[in-house]
Amino acid sequence: MRFEKKDILDIESLEPWEISMILDTAQGMKEISERPVKKVPTLRGKTIVLFFQEPSTRTKLSFDTAAKRLSADTHSISAGTSSIVKGETLIDTAKNLEAMKPDVIVLRHPSSGAPHLIAKRVKASVINAGDGIHAHPSQALLDMMSVREKKGRIAGLKISIIGDISHSRVARSDITGFSKMGAMVSICAPRTMIPKGIEKLGCTVSPNMEACIEGSDVVMMLRIQKERQGSILFPTEREYSTLFGLNRDRLKLAQKDVLVMHPGPMNRGVEISSDVADSDCSIILEQVTNGVALRMALFYLVAGGSRHADSH
Amino acid sequence: MLIRIKGARVLDPPHMDAKKDIIIKDHLIHAIVDPEYVDPEYKDADPDTRIPDTHIIDAAGKILVPGLIDIHVHLREPGQEYKETIETGLAAAARGGFTAVCCMPNTNPVNDNSQVTRFIIQRGREIGLSRVYPVGAITQGLKGETLAEIHDMKQAGIVAVTDDGKPVENSNLMRRALEYCRGLNIPVFVHAEDTSLADGGSMNEGPFSTFWGIKGIPNAAESIMVVRDIALSELTGAPVHFCHISTKESVEAIRQAKKRGVKITCETAPHYFTLIDEDVKEYDTHFKMNPPLRSKEDRQAVIEGLSEGTIDLIASDHAPHSVVEKDVEFDRAAFGIVGLETSLSLALKLVHDGNLTLTELIHKMAKQPANLLGINNDIKEGNRADLTLIDPDHEYVIDPSAFKSKSRNTPFAGMKVKGNAFLTMVNGKVIYQRDGKDLQDTI
Ligand SMILES: [Zn+2]
Repeated sequence: MRFEKKDILDIESLEPWEISMILDTAQGMKEISERPVKKVPTLRGKTIVLFFQEPSTRTKLSFDTAAKRLSADTHSISAGTSSIVKGETLIDTAKNLEAMKPDVIVLRHPSSGAPHLIAKRVKASVINAGDGIHAHPSQALLDMMSVREKKGRIAGLKISIIGDISHSRVARSDITGFSKMGAMVSICAPRTMIPKGIEKLGCTVSPNMEACIEGSDVVMMLRIQKERQGSILFPTEREYSTLFGLNRDRLKLAQKDVLVMHPGPMNRGVEISSDVADSDCSIILEQVTNGVALRMALFYLVAGGSRHADSH
Repeated sequence: MLIRIKGARVLDPPHMDAKKDIIIKDHLIHAIVDPEYVDPEYKDADPDTRIPDTHIIDAAGKILVPGLIDIHVHLREPGQEYKETIETGLAAAARGGFTAVCCMPNTNPVNDNSQVTRFIIQRGREIGLSRVYPVGAITQGLKGETLAEIHDMKQAGIVAVTDDGKPVENSNLMRRALEYCRGLNIPVFVHAEDTSLADGGSMNEGPFSTFWGIKGIPNAAESIMVVRDIALSELTGAPVHFCHISTKESVEAIRQAKKRGVKITCETAPHYFTLIDEDVKEYDTHFKMNPPLRSKEDRQAVIEGLSEGTIDLIASDHAPHSVVEKDVEFDRAAFGIVGLETSLSLALKLVHDGNLTLTELIHKMAKQPANLLGINNDIKEGNRADLTLIDPDHEYVIDPSAFKSKSRNTPFAGMKVKGNAFLTMVNGKVIYQRDGKDLQDTI
């Protein structure tokens, strides 16, 4: 089968076979990053715009690195430099970008659905690099890639996701993706951070952290945002850590060969203890490495792969 | 010249439901006669032009009802004329079959003083389409801090007060507003919303807001204020009218309060008995309004509330917005949809589906609004001729490009519906006729 999607907007819109194809392609791309000369000419002459309307260092760097390893030209626009701050609408900005004929627009935006809005208006492929609290598909895909690489499969695994589910686009995309690929996902958080009807995305809600972790093949910790401390969602980091922090004792409840993941950046000593973060079961740094390969795969599939072979 | 509306079923609950001809003369309903009636003065004239000086409106198969009144409309003028003007809004009203509308005070400047009230009334008169009844603000600048000069506005012509778009957050101020308005004998319309619970949300809180990653507005954000204002109505003895009821909890609270004899009334809007949150298309801001589209159970409760009479009337909450406010990210888009030109067709679906009788519908779209505002729109000899002629069988597809409204923000584009206004008459003058190309020539 051929990858036909113009845009990568969320995990919901990807079929399981498309997810498998992305992961397979990413696995192939990973080899390039291990060569002494980490560059191939695949996307030479293609233009990729990184349009980040929300601060991000890691994701942007990952996309940028991925594009450069495929020899694409990249341009960055961020909240500070874009005319959106001067009152231009998102659609106007997107149309202006379109006039410069980019092949791919990578968009991060604080509003859920912003990539969907512009994808309908531009010919370029749109890759969602995180929209509001809705989706972060490249992160979920690299998480799936990392798990599949270590475990050889996704189907049948027990995946636990712990943290602020309500405000996490990573959580939504991971729940949707892992359950779509046949894993059993359970989540845990203060009840203030579990949105209504989350089970419909394909997960169960655990009553406490111990129940959630028990027998897990993968434990994924989400970053707890410091600015939410003292708000009405939880009282203190200290109490949060007591109830929902991952430490050695809790990790013992999981499978012996459990993988510990975190989309970063971590708050050591809050949602995850330092010894767990640095332990052998942690694949947090592999996630970062795989992130580049996965994003190379996305660029290749939407801008350089079979989708374009026919149209050019 | 006389106008004779011929062959219609005349439906004016509760006192009339019969085949009658209505003869209109000098702005007034001159006579209500049997279809065979011939004025003796003209009995020898040519049968085709039997009454030489009379314009005949053929209304066979149509239903003639007292002029429909939409008590919840945003006309945007003064201040936001790029969205709607009083003129385009009243043209939309006429096309929708409404002979009168109440316009909300959240204009710029706010209608919190008699000058703005007079301006609106003056414009309405000049335009000469549907009637406009301004609703004044409860508090100055809609700020929820101090009472506006409600008596002064009443002298100028407001028919009710509201801070619509916002609640009056402060319970003590709301209590005093109700007491004050009770003394002035002016109705208070309540926009029931606890904004701290709504918390900046953009759609109904539930599985679909979770799915789309859109911040949700819980049902309780509405019902908590409904319950509060029921309590304040009981405390003060003042009547309260609740706008755009959307949740099952609100319907239940109002039902129970009415049983206790509390003096409350309420309205809902067509979108709440037509659509649900599941229908919200991918980040389509034409599905964004406040209160939001609720769950299937809520829609069912609204329909039941209408059919059992807990919900007294239907109003559109016509809220025009331009693409500037709507063609943007969902969470940044303005709340609201236009409704004047779709309201009657959507409400008729309740009749076609067997949820309301036609009589009940006319009660909710013509009689109850008139009762609330203290207007007499009975079809009676000597009353002013504000009439709507409904074609219940006309099937068509909703096409926003045909709207008279300046704005096109509707979720109903492309929907197939049955029944709409065939003719709208205000003060004895035809202000809208469907397919009425010769309107200018004959009237
Ligand atoms: Zn309102």
